[in-house]
Amino acid sequence: MEVSAASTRVLSSMLEQRTGQQLAMSRQWRIETVLQSLVRARGLGSLDRLVHAVAAGGDPALADAVIDALLNNETSFYRDRNSFELLLGPAMARLEQARTRERRISIWSAGCSTGQEAYSIAMWFAERKARWVGWTIDILATDVSRTAVDQARSGLYSQFEVQRGLPVTQMIRWFEESPGANWRILPELRRAVRFEVHSLMNPAPSPARFDVILCRNVLLYFSDQVRRIVFARLAEAAAPDAVLMLGAGETVIGQTPAFVSDPDCRGLYIRRPDALPAYRAAS
Amino acid sequence: MKSCLVVDDSKVIRKVARHILETLNFSVQEAGDGREALTRCEEHMPDVVLLDWNMPVMGGMEFLRTLRQRSFESQPKVVFCTTENDAAHIRAAIDAGADEYVMKPFDRETLESKLQIVGVA
Repeated sequence: MEVSAASTRVLSSMLEQRTGQQLAMSRQWRIETVLQSLVRARGLGSLDRLVHAVAAGGDPALADAVIDALLNNETSFYRDRNSFELLLGPAMARLEQARTRERRISIWSAGCSTGQEAYSIAMWFAERKARWVGWTIDILATDVSRTAVDQARSGLYSQFEVQRGLPVTQMIRWFEESPGANWRILPELRRAVRFEVHSLMNPAPSPARFDVILCRNVLLYFSDQVRRIVFARLAEAAAPDAVLMLGAGETVIGQTPAFVSDPDCRGLYIRRPDALPAYRAAS
Repeated sequence: MKSCLVVDDSKVIRKVARHILETLNFSVQEAGDGREALTRCEEHMPDVVLLDWNMPVMGGMEFLRTLRQRSFESQPKVVFCTTENDAAHIRAAIDAGADEYVMKPFDRETLESKLQIVGVA
């Protein structure tokens, strides 16, 4: 089942318009694979007919399904373990000290996919209740894909998903078996994370003064121009000393003046308190 | 180079695990049951053991308990790798001294992440 160049252009344009993401060459081979089941389910016979049906605009649900299928929802618990150890070790200790008066830490997992990273953080706090007594830990996780957000909110993960990156002791502690070789995260942790559908192209969600922002393996799908806008959105949403955690292969260097390398935690970034007015115009 | 002993009565599983582990830069030894695995450990203690549950001659749990009771100079990390995928089996394995648990079927990323968790990858 092949897709024509014209259909690829339609899909590419639709994806960029709705999510800001580009259908890079490296992802084009996936089109046929990820859309085949939709073609079959709808009895459309070919990918070009599917694209035609979407382009006709009479079936918003089909368009949503196509966009969802094209997005890469790859994630895992504690993805890039070393980065999480930095974030939850020295970076969090520094924030704890800086927020002693407010006793509140707001965390935003921006582009959370199916929620594993947000739940990883929720688990970390839940296992240190005594340390954080009297604190408000607000964890917001957002993604442009409604399907991904729905799964994240349900807390239901396949056997493959649940054991990728997650120590078995935490799996046993925080998950219960569910029919069909699935595992569901316990209600206590589901309540600890708010999930919302949100596009990084739009202004940041409330409270828009986050102490920690995770935006991992998302920016690489944006054009330079969109990436600048998204960095500006993230900076606007960040507290003056906020920590930014990107994907392992991503950097702020040469991308934005709003964040700089964290001198205490190599691989993490902090907001430049003085940078905001200069780049606000970029959004 | 870290070493891994793959203990499984299925040649196919051993072959798949060996392939993944070698791409992760492990030297790999194999054993078809727990008793053979103990012999391998006496000859050369690996850094990590990838262990099946049900095997002839000596199963994974008996191997693990015996291994943990013996006074070897060093103890390897033990990662169960089995189709016994319910919470009761997992708890029993941890209680017996397993460090990690992989539910079959598994893929490279899962195995790699578990080996990272126990500190050998």
